[in-house]
Amino acid sequence: MTVVGSRQLRNGMSCFVGIGIPSTVANLARNTHAPDLFLIYEAGVLGSKPYRLPLSIGDGELATTADSVVSVPEVFNYWLQGGRIDVGYLSAAQIDRYANLNTTVIGPDYHQPRVRLPGAGGAPEIAAHCREVTIIMRHTRRAFVSEVDFVTSVGLGPAANLRSELGFKGAGPVEVITDLGVLRPDPVCGELALVAVHPGVEVEEVLEQTQWPLQVSPSLSITDPPTDEELAVLRDLISRS
Amino acid sequence: MAEHLELSQAVSRYVQDGDTVALEGFTHLIPFAAGHEIIRQGKRNLTVSRLTPDLIYDQLIGAGCVRKILFSWGGNPGVGSLYRFRDAVENGWPSPIKLEEHSHAGLTNRYVAGASGLPFTVMKGYLGTSLGQIAPHVRFLDCPFTGEPMAAVRALNPDVGILHAQRADRLGNVQVWGISGVFREVVMASRRVIITVEEVVEELERHPGDFVIPAMAVTAVCPAPFGARPSYVQDYYNRDNDWYRRWPGLSKDRDAFLSWVEGSVMGGSG
Repeated sequence: MTVVGSRQLRNGMSCFVGIGIPSTVANLARNTHAPDLFLIYEAGVLGSKPYRLPLSIGDGELATTADSVVSVPEVFNYWLQGGRIDVGYLSAAQIDRYANLNTTVIGPDYHQPRVRLPGAGGAPEIAAHCREVTIIMRHTRRAFVSEVDFVTSVGLGPAANLRSELGFKGAGPVEVITDLGVLRPDPVCGELALVAVHPGVEVEEVLEQTQWPLQVSPSLSITDPPTDEELAVLRDLISRS
Repeated sequence: MAEHLELSQAVSRYVQDGDTVALEGFTHLIPFAAGHEIIRQGKRNLTVSRLTPDLIYDQLIGAGCVRKILFSWGGNPGVGSLYRFRDAVENGWPSPIKLEEHSHAGLTNRYVAGASGLPFTVMKGYLGTSLGQIAPHVRFLDCPFTGEPMAAVRALNPDVGILHAQRADRLGNVQVWGISGVFREVVMASRRVIITVEEVVEELERHPGDFVIPAMAVTAVCPAPFGARPSYVQDYYNRDNDWYRRWPGLSKDRDAFLSWVEGSVMGGSG
């Protein structure tokens, strides 16, 4: 999942990075095929080149290796809302068939949640304003639901013209990478379909782990396994963090 | 000119029960020493605001200081849950707290509006989200020029803004560098401003990327060496990541938390 995620990043892109898997993905890409990836962390850190993977979004390592450090209003109002970011990486506790994301509460009643999650952070703005959004998360039946309990970050529907109605300039989610495979939205209706599985994963397994009747692309492919170089760089990154 | 005060004097004089208080600092420069002083002085019914409640508000909530919290991301970064926060939300312990939940951009812009002397500011946020339906200080409007949908967020003007910085001079000018978060916005939005500093120096030597808050915008400056631990102060000390990882063990259980407060906060060692 991490390796496939890193391959989508092209050299020279600006990439808005969250902590955890997104940060690992972005730094793997920066240490393999995309050395000039411009990483932005929401603490206001622009062009960071961390040697170790950070534990928190504002670790000193991110700031001291950055081209520039700006305030939080600047990062959200100028860099994100201003439309400067090519790609944002997001994860969530729940995702639905239109790639709406929930990181707020599990359960139907916000005021009496079954599980209280951390909340929105920078995710709604990343989802709204980046030119493209890639979602990366584990593929489980609990997470891949027909409809999210709470829309923290807006995806691609149910209304097909949702994003243009809301005035969002960014395309929204273009890809969902999971530990089982890759999903992409239908270009017209925005519903996610399975386009690839990782080596050794059966389509049935993906369908079982998805609560809605997941469409499978007629041109379903199998992702390339991690190369020796990708694995070596990834292990090295993790071992020094 | 800002007053130079002991932290205990500043908190006693400028933080009142029932106040709206913003102890900010985005991962960097979190004013833990000031938070512990608020706990020691038994302040009650506070409305507290922070983008990331972090351990500092977990501690204030568990110690019973908080009535309402404004926040946008309530976790222990890279570690997991804030158990005192969750216990108060889910079980009302030690007392129920009200939530006002935002996105980072939304709460940030509430400070920006407050600092700007405006009743509100506009942003392209909350649109299409469930947050937009529950956040009480968010309204939707059309841009008067283009007709685009926008969100208006109401100004936030804390009674007290509390921040931590690298250093101050004798006059109370405060120098800050590294990740600044919403430092300037909270200073300018707040009615009273307490800034704890690592050191007070005769003259501020400039540092790459720094900014200086003029003394006239500061109410009180208090020396508090290591006052941001276990967060960090760039060029003074690093973030104590191990302490953040240990916090669940100290806070998940109510009795364990109370004995931590008794031993580490009330005892004064912070």
